[in-house]
Amino acid sequence: MVGRTAFDANLARTLIDRKRDAPGATLPILHDLLDEFGYIDDAAIPLIADALNISRAEALGVVSFYHDFRRSPIDGRVLRLCRAESCQAMGCEDLVSHLRVGHGVEVDGADNGSELHVESVYCLGNCALSPAALLDGEPIGRLDRDRIDAIVAGAQGKMQ
Amino acid sequence: MSVRVFVPGDSSALSVGANAVADAILDEARRRSLDIAIVRTGSRGLFWLEPLVEVETAAGRVGYGPVAPGEAAELFEADFLAGGPHPKALGRVEDIPYLARQQRLMFARSGLTEPLSLDDYRRHGGLRGLERALSLGPKATVEEVLASGLRGRGGAGFPTGVKWRTTAGVESDQKYVVCNADEGDSGTFADRMLMEGDPFLLIEGMAIAALAVGATMGYVYIRSEYPHAFAVFSRAIERARSAGLLGPSVGGSGRAFDLEARLGAGAYICGEETSLLESLEGKRGEVRAKPPLPAISGLFGKPTVINNMLSFASTPWILEHGAKAYAAYGVGRSLGSQPFQLAGNVRYGGLVELAFGASLRDLVEGFGGGTRTGRPIRAVQVGGPLGAYFPAALLDTPLDYESILAAKGMLGHGGVVVFDDTVDMARQARFAFEFCAKESCGKCTPCRIGSIRGVETVDKILAGRDRQKNVQLLRDLCEVMTDGSLCALGGLAPMPVLSVLDHFSEDFARPPARAAAE
Repeated sequence: MVGRTAFDANLARTLIDRKRDAPGATLPILHDLLDEFGYIDDAAIPLIADALNISRAEALGVVSFYHDFRRSPIDGRVLRLCRAESCQAMGCEDLVSHLRVGHGVEVDGADNGSELHVESVYCLGNCALSPAALLDGEPIGRLDRDRIDAIVAGAQGKMQ
Repeated sequence: MSVRVFVPGDSSALSVGANAVADAILDEARRRSLDIAIVRTGSRGLFWLEPLVEVETAAGRVGYGPVAPGEAAELFEADFLAGGPHPKALGRVEDIPYLARQQRLMFARSGLTEPLSLDDYRRHGGLRGLERALSLGPKATVEEVLASGLRGRGGAGFPTGVKWRTTAGVESDQKYVVCNADEGDSGTFADRMLMEGDPFLLIEGMAIAALAVGATMGYVYIRSEYPHAFAVFSRAIERARSAGLLGPSVGGSGRAFDLEARLGAGAYICGEETSLLESLEGKRGEVRAKPPLPAISGLFGKPTVINNMLSFASTPWILEHGAKAYAAYGVGRSLGSQPFQLAGNVRYGGLVELAFGASLRDLVEGFGGGTRTGRPIRAVQVGGPLGAYFPAALLDTPLDYESILAAKGMLGHGGVVVFDDTVDMARQARFAFEFCAKESCGKCTPCRIGSIRGVETVDKILAGRDRQKNVQLLRDLCEVMTDGSLCALGGLAPMPVLSVLDHFSEDFARPPARAAAE
């Protein structure tokens, strides 16, 4: 789902050039960078600005507006946990506290090199099978405490 | 000939193990040297039955569900390939009352066909709407959509035909059609199901619109929370292009139209049409002031038809069967059908496409079977995070634009989220503001500041500080946001809050200690 390549300005430039002429190219370019590196490196901002003939402030403004465009790299797995109304009705907040109390995992917490990152997301369109989540892009429905335990254990296993 | 076994590839079905089930069935068939072909479909939208496995038999498509991967062997033992009896057997899928009682106009093919097979699409009635539109010509196509009474399925309910007529009437060197597939409302998944289960329907609908208004390029803006839908839909575009359904001569008509899928980036506000256009242009998704209307000056300043996916997806049926046939469904000024999406704490959650006018009770009790937890229903939120919470006493409200509006709610995109009696409604009201604060684009003050003040005021009430005064302040704040916000986010965020104040005020009146402990 998200890339893990270490940031490389030349590769970034190649990716940017591939789509720079598309109308409204900013988001497609940022998605390509995200897919490749897993985040938007600060060094990519001037490259985007130059290629699209916009100011650095404008380029940064776009990056910072959208929740998806992470600004620093992460390791480990990413669990995007839905916390919108339908999942609230089926106890997603209980899962949030279970992660905190049972596993010491803070949802939307700062990156501290942990093997599992849990991020809030507001609706995954799997509302008839709430609570829902995406684990590295793979959908999970009817999420419960047991499944959370398995995901945490799986993420730890992957890192060791 | 091999027996065809259907397993959904819809992401909801995948979320409960549909891939593992498909693999297990295939392995088991190989072990038994049986000749089967697994066909991956979309979902029928009967999600409590997922993974729902169907088999093509002499008696029709017979279903089994929900199937666990470990049950593959016993299904073969029960001779499911011939529709044999088994505890998970459901009989003919089309006879399941949940499905049989619906009026599926736009979801007729979802779960039935192979999503990426254009032949399958055509075999099941696809492209007839476009063919008729081509024979009618642009002007009569717009008239047909106008006469059908189709209203925007994104929430505002603005007549789709009026948008089309406006864009058609503007002279321009370039026009666009844009599909809003930024389905961000909690409790909604109809767009996602269509993109994954019947993507050519959207392509057909957008082609009809483009030819009617004279647009040659279209964009589908899909939210990044739907990676699977984006992948399936992008492949559908490629196939449509190689089959000549998109490109320089749509369906051999000599008229050009092409389509591109674009990915959002996790901003709820981009479901607002002008913000979506800004985002497509590569900018921050900040709302534009209207006028100018997008129909006159939209994407890149050009005349643009921007419609919700379900509005586009309604038009092939309308063109094929005629405006009159479509308008025969529904009530009053709410004509045609609406895919309602039944979600949250509900026993039988899924997609229920009905003509407008059925009651909320029929939906949540008749179809939904009450709560999944088995406890009494306390609240039902209709229309997403900006929609009102209805108490059990209002369940007899009919589901049409006007009736829901009269009950101080809105239909939105047709999402219906059920809560049982353990819900803390004050917390839900607080969340409405919290969400608005998080997702506000920041352009207008009532939304940007008001939502934060709203959270603070709810907290004061819950802490027991000057309750009466703060409840009044909360109502005043709601009025300012409703009347003073630039778009529907700030304008409608007060709706769920006011509904809690009106129907569940007791949750604001609890002793502070308990509220603070939660």
